[in-house]
Amino acid sequence: MKKILALALVFCLVAAFAAVAYADNPVVKIGVFEPQSGDNGAGGKQEVLGMQYANKMTPTVEIDGVTYDVQLVFADNASSNDKAPTAAQDLISNGVSLVLGSYGSGVSIAASDTFLNAGVPAIGVTCTNPQVTAGCDVYFRICFLDPFQGTVLANFAKSELGASKAYCLAKLGDDYSGGLCNYFIDAFGKDNCVYEQFPEGTSDFSTYITNAQNQGCDVFFSPVSTEAAAQIIAKADTQALGMPILAGDTWDSNVILNAAKGTDVRICVTTFYQEGANAEFDAGIKEWINSDATALANNGGNDELAAVTVMGYDAYYVALEALKAAGSVDPEAVLEVLPGVTYEGVTGNIAFDDIGDALRDSAFVKECNTETGVWDFVTVATVG
Amino acid sequence: MKQNEKKVSWISFLLVLAFLGLVFWLDQIIKPTNKMYMLMTVLQKGSVYALAAVSMNLLNGYTGLFSLGHAGFMLIGAYTYAIFTIPSSARDTVYQYFDAAIRISFPELLSNSMGSAGTVLGVAIAVIFAGLAAAFFGYLIGLPVLRLKSDYLAIATLGFAEIIRAVFQWQKLGPITNGSNLLKNFMRTSLFKLKVGDTKLVFSTFVPVLIATLSIIVIVKLVNSTYGRAFKAIRDDEVAAEAMGINLAKHKMISFTVSSFFAGVSGAMMAMVLSIAQASNFKAAMTYEILLMVVLGGIGSTSGSVIGSFLFVAASEWWLRGLDSGKFLGIEAPGIFRNGFRLVVFSVIIMIVVLFFRKGIMGEREISDLFREKKKAKGAAR
Amino acid sequence: MGKTILPYIISGISVGGQYALIAIGYTMVYGILRLINFAHGDVFMVAGLMMVYMAAAMPLYIAIPLMIVLTVLLGFLIERVAYRPLRTAPRMSVMISAIGVSYLIQNLALYITGGLNKNYPSIPWISDRVHVLGLETSRVTIITPFLTLLLVVLLVLLINHTKIGMAMRAVSLNFETSQLMGIRINNVISATFIIGTFLAAVGSMLFFTNYPGVVPTSGAMPGLKAFVAAVFGGIGSIPGAVIGAFIIGVAESLIKGLDTILIVNGTITEQIGFATFSDAFTFVLLIIVLVFKPTGLFGEKTTDKV
Repeated sequence: MKKILALALVFCLVAAFAAVAYADNPVVKIGVFEPQSGDNGAGGKQEVLGMQYANKMTPTVEIDGVTYDVQLVFADNASSNDKAPTAAQDLISNGVSLVLGSYGSGVSIAASDTFLNAGVPAIGVTCTNPQVTAGCDVYFRICFLDPFQGTVLANFAKSELGASKAYCLAKLGDDYSGGLCNYFIDAFGKDNCVYEQFPEGTSDFSTYITNAQNQGCDVFFSPVSTEAAAQIIAKADTQALGMPILAGDTWDSNVILNAAKGTDVRICVTTFYQEGANAEFDAGIKEWINSDATALANNGGNDELAAVTVMGYDAYYVALEALKAAGSVDPEAVLEVLPGVTYEGVTGNIAFDDIGDALRDSAFVKECNTETGVWDFVTVATVG
Repeated sequence: MKQNEKKVSWISFLLVLAFLGLVFWLDQIIKPTNKMYMLMTVLQKGSVYALAAVSMNLLNGYTGLFSLGHAGFMLIGAYTYAIFTIPSSARDTVYQYFDAAIRISFPELLSNSMGSAGTVLGVAIAVIFAGLAAAFFGYLIGLPVLRLKSDYLAIATLGFAEIIRAVFQWQKLGPITNGSNLLKNFMRTSLFKLKVGDTKLVFSTFVPVLIATLSIIVIVKLVNSTYGRAFKAIRDDEVAAEAMGINLAKHKMISFTVSSFFAGVSGAMMAMVLSIAQASNFKAAMTYEILLMVVLGGIGSTSGSVIGSFLFVAASEWWLRGLDSGKFLGIEAPGIFRNGFRLVVFSVIIMIVVLFFRKGIMGEREISDLFREKKKAKGAAR
Repeated sequence: MGKTILPYIISGISVGGQYALIAIGYTMVYGILRLINFAHGDVFMVAGLMMVYMAAAMPLYIAIPLMIVLTVLLGFLIERVAYRPLRTAPRMSVMISAIGVSYLIQNLALYITGGLNKNYPSIPWISDRVHVLGLETSRVTIITPFLTLLLVVLLVLLINHTKIGMAMRAVSLNFETSQLMGIRINNVISATFIIGTFLAAVGSMLFFTNYPGVVPTSGAMPGLKAFVAAVFGGIGSIPGAVIGAFIIGVAESLIKGLDTILIVNGTITEQIGFATFSDAFTFVLLIIVLVFKPTGLFGEKTTDKV
């Protein structure tokens, strides 16, 4: 109780101090549309970490000669498509200039109409389903798309893993896993794939593992949420799956590393960023995560970086670039200049095409080292 | 007395009209970027849930059939409405992984020949279609389950709702339902705008409120008819009702089908308000929430259900939001007021109502009853 | 063929055993109070969640008994606070109260966990990998059905050979009469809830060791399925609930693997997607039973009195 009281007191003091110190700076609001609970809650929190770190590094932005304080406004979409439009509306009513997010494609698709209706631009950070930006003029994104990622994964499965028959597992009604499986199957060949979907709330994955074994598959493709992933890995270990597990960018998370450590399961993923690519950035953000108890808890208890965190960091700077270019905090003005915004981020160059998708043509492939519990770099993959 | 009745109905008619006018006016002045837009969200969602709650009350409160299948019927309504209003230009994007089988869009079809009046008519037809589809399934499900008694009926209808959800998510039905993926780009509230001369009129909130109002009026009429009296007789004592010559099977079926019809309509409204439709949203938890709204308002009171659902939506979406974001009533305590606290407070309130105020807000009375009582009291005083 | 199906059967029997432990709680409460205790599945979830938090703070040999005691206490309190005041109210009110409790528990769990998945601690020995009948599986899968049967036998002995057991049977036969005969009805009901939640706590330990993710809605589906199992076996009958649970567990597991079984068998060449119906199938079974044999497999005939 004392601790809480003390915390509250400190909070009030800091707030008062902040109000005094920056009283003369106007505020620009950036909406953070991310899941903080539900299936994708853990992933959403990691993505937010990047934005918070970026906000800490660069708390102000100069727009049209005036220095603004950047304030992140949060709304939890609860990983649920029916809560997403309300959360989005919440941000819009709060007067945000633009929105970042979300982790998980379904919620972004669900909210796209709300953003479109209000004319508030949104920058998707790691939502890879093509439908997010297709037909929505206000949605942009800085990540690669599922058709690309699915093809990369299928090629990798064929050439590097030598697979001839793939087992694909998605969650019912989930646009991320369903979409990615669909494009993987397109690239791998429909006749050589077994595609199954599990209903929400499934906790028994042992039968799906048995299915893959019984049908003689030689790669297990399951780009599902990290929550389900941990259980799949545990079952794959006890049932001696006997084939590598392959997944997309969501699995690039320390949840997976923790689950896989000490097992004999082989896991490969495609992702946006390889830790070590920018040593200075890595060191900085790790120091921040270790110094902030909440940040450490949100990152799953250790300082292993997730690619989504780095993407969140870049997204924040893209937002600042857009605000600078617009010379105004008006969403309409930001929307106008956003297609032309470019930025050289930690994860590479960011620029948008006609639809609003990022021009990205490479993905990192990583493999989980089950002895040390870290990711090992495998290759940089491109298509075409 | 007769005259008094007439007077009351006139007054309520005028009140409803004034309310609709107010909503229409608010629609024009509050834009999505306005801070007060939460009010519009509450009005939109509130009317969806109000209709859902009133239709559930028809079954649970007036007929005494404890059914927990509401989410299933709403799902059918939402999908029917969505599928038949997706414009042809958007259909292939929506059915991303499938070859769409149903290629009719009522609003589009009618607007080709009739202009914007056709769009309005098309939406109306799609909404009615949604209700009919739900009523049809309600009839089919009613055949076996209505013979069951209280809790068995509850669990069987709950089961049917789960089965419906699974069927709609089935990959093999993808060309119709888009598999388990969401449906979007259909006629939704954000598109309900009309250009008259140079002014753009907005109907985003007005339309759902209007549909809910009309539907609830129909239900009230039904409840006050001979059918309604038969329903109440069945609720109070089945054996006695049967002895008085009420056909139990027929009346239960009527109540069940009508309730399903309006559940379907509210499902269609839910789709247009949320701008998406997806089977995975229509879980048993949704039915429970609607049931709690009915309880909050008072089982067996239509106006109670309406008040209950608006209170429920406003409290959970708007008033109590501060409980989730660190600051409530000026008290800052981010350690306690964090994500999810709102729902905890809310469920505690509901438990208190369930345990200590079993009659809910209205009991079995209606707003017009309150009006009458006041009059009576006044008369007595005089 | 046998080699293909065997893994599904084994995993089904194991799930069935876990459902059985929950189903007993439903069937006993229904037998006595005629109440579907919707919150029972959520109590099962809370047991899992408590274990997550307590295992992090204390050694397992303290955490496990403490978890069981606290869960039992929770079951007891729910009855005292939410059901007892409504003893004379219509049945619908009590059921609504049960739904309200379930809503409250889930929201409370959501608040405490922050809506995030919690990983169940692995209990040594029972979560080890074992090699049985040419299959790789965890030890808990093999142990569950035996442990379930042992507990059921003990329970049946308790009901048939102790004073409180006799009182329970009397109350479930006739509520009012047994009250007149001097049975303290409230004690009997409390005992029922205590036994039911105790078994659910044990069940949760087995279930979450096998499927180690705990979320606020973890209890909802197993709870509903266990209830269906109780109806299937004839509500009020303990052996019925256990057999019903095993049938449902095996059927569910087979449905999930049906595509694969048929493909390996050569009956079909393309996936049909039966796995989508793994939850729904349980309810199909329920409705078939309710329509054709409403009293379930072992239920006694009852007539409604005017």
